[in-house]
Amino acid sequence: MAEGRRNILQWILGGGFAASILSFVYPAIRFMNPPAVPEAAVNEASVGSASGWKPNSGKIVRFGSRPVLLIRASESEWRAYSAICTHLNCTVQYQEAERQIWCACHNGFYDLNGRVVSGPPPRPLEEYTVRVRGDEVVVARRS
Amino acid sequence: MRIRLGEASESFRQWAEERLGLKEVRDFLAHKKVPLHSATIWYYFGGITLFLFVIQVLTGILLLLYYRPTPAEAYESVQFIMTRVEFGWLVRSIHSWSANLMILSAFIHMFSVVFLHAYRRPREVTWLSGIALLGLSLAFGFSGYLLPWNEISYFATKVGTDMAASLPWIGEPLARFLRGGDDVGGATLTRFFGFHVAVLPGAMTLFLLVHLALVQKFGISVPPKVEEAAQQNRQPLAQMPFFPNFFLRELMAWYAALGVLGSLAALFPWELGVKADPFAPAPAGIRPEWYFLAPFYTLKLLPSHVWFIEGELLGLMAFTLLGVFWAMLPFWAVDRQGAVRTRLVTGAGVALLAYLGTFSALGYWR
Repeated sequence: MAEGRRNILQWILGGGFAASILSFVYPAIRFMNPPAVPEAAVNEASVGSASGWKPNSGKIVRFGSRPVLLIRASESEWRAYSAICTHLNCTVQYQEAERQIWCACHNGFYDLNGRVVSGPPPRPLEEYTVRVRGDEVVVARRS
Repeated sequence: MRIRLGEASESFRQWAEERLGLKEVRDFLAHKKVPLHSATIWYYFGGITLFLFVIQVLTGILLLLYYRPTPAEAYESVQFIMTRVEFGWLVRSIHSWSANLMILSAFIHMFSVVFLHAYRRPREVTWLSGIALLGLSLAFGFSGYLLPWNEISYFATKVGTDMAASLPWIGEPLARFLRGGDDVGGATLTRFFGFHVAVLPGAMTLFLLVHLALVQKFGISVPPKVEEAAQQNRQPLAQMPFFPNFFLRELMAWYAALGVLGSLAALFPWELGVKADPFAPAPAGIRPEWYFLAPFYTLKLLPSHVWFIEGELLGLMAFTLLGVFWAMLPFWAVDRQGAVRTRLVTGAGVALLAYLGTFSALGYWR
């Protein structure tokens, strides 16, 4: 009888102690999880004047806080893709000589449609739309 | 006067003896022995790794006097250290070179333990604590690499944390925890700085104490071949006293390591590179530090998909399995009768060394 009572007391004490430890650790673990910082939703960004771009050239432009690769494929043809490689998050670049998009980190190649040509990237690049209003180049999310 | 000095020093010795128990330390050192054989030289690398860690702590404290862990100031503060602070270039260069030499020395120590079969019973936990120390050293290297906030370190961190993100289930929360957000940025730099100067040194000290205590407890392992030869010849194992014989030799090894470190740091000062720009493409020829070259090149070779699994995930799973398999070495290295499978272990060691050597070289040159 006494032993049974002692067992119950040990369980209560042990359980209470474990619960108190949990209550100390839980806030610390939650503290380590970074809160989501609301980002202003960017659907469209003006990235400069068209006259500054020569055909068969590309460079990275700001789309909110994200890098977007804008390519002027020819006089009238513009393309824009997320500049983040789908393999391991590096930033891609346009190679004029090969007319391809290249990721220097692990040698991934994409064509002018953002599709994987060779190397390790598992998916095509996310595509954006490009509009030219007068001389202004505007990049927008695809709806 | 002389007599008085002698008396004073004797009374101080007695005073210290009573309070510190130095006789026990002396007795312990007098009884500690180190096996003496043709492979004794490999015993020095554990000590050299420890010595280089001490150099890291000291130069790290010096760098802390000027370094500022924010994206706006990190690069500039390292530039300030290297160009304006007296001997700043040397202190930073020593810190970078010593980090690399420490990891090299840790790898040499690990492979010597494998090839001399020092992991075997009862030293399994010593091995495991050593593997933890190697993992912590690599984490030190990875977190410290970002701190100058230059182009190469920025992309290395993007790749490294994205690899963590590709792990099933825990990947995304783990990557967010490491980055302090969705992408590599100021929050990542702050976190990595915290890991590098507070969390990792604490963990390293803890595991180092366990590792050294176990080495003290079990003594230095004798290779099976040396043991067998001694048994066949019916001769006792050749040994040398730890103090002063081995200790002085170890000091010489540390001094030599210091010479190599100082020469490398002075003749080949560590470069700072270009400041990180999240809106610049990854530069051509980008590659990680030499100790991550083998997995880097493996990931480069893997196709986008192998059957239905993404190449990067497959690579990561393979590295994880290899790591677990290697950490568990003392447990698969013995057969059911308790005999060490020396050929299997040596073969596995040679195979791993060949993989790391070949893929690191290919990753460097291609």
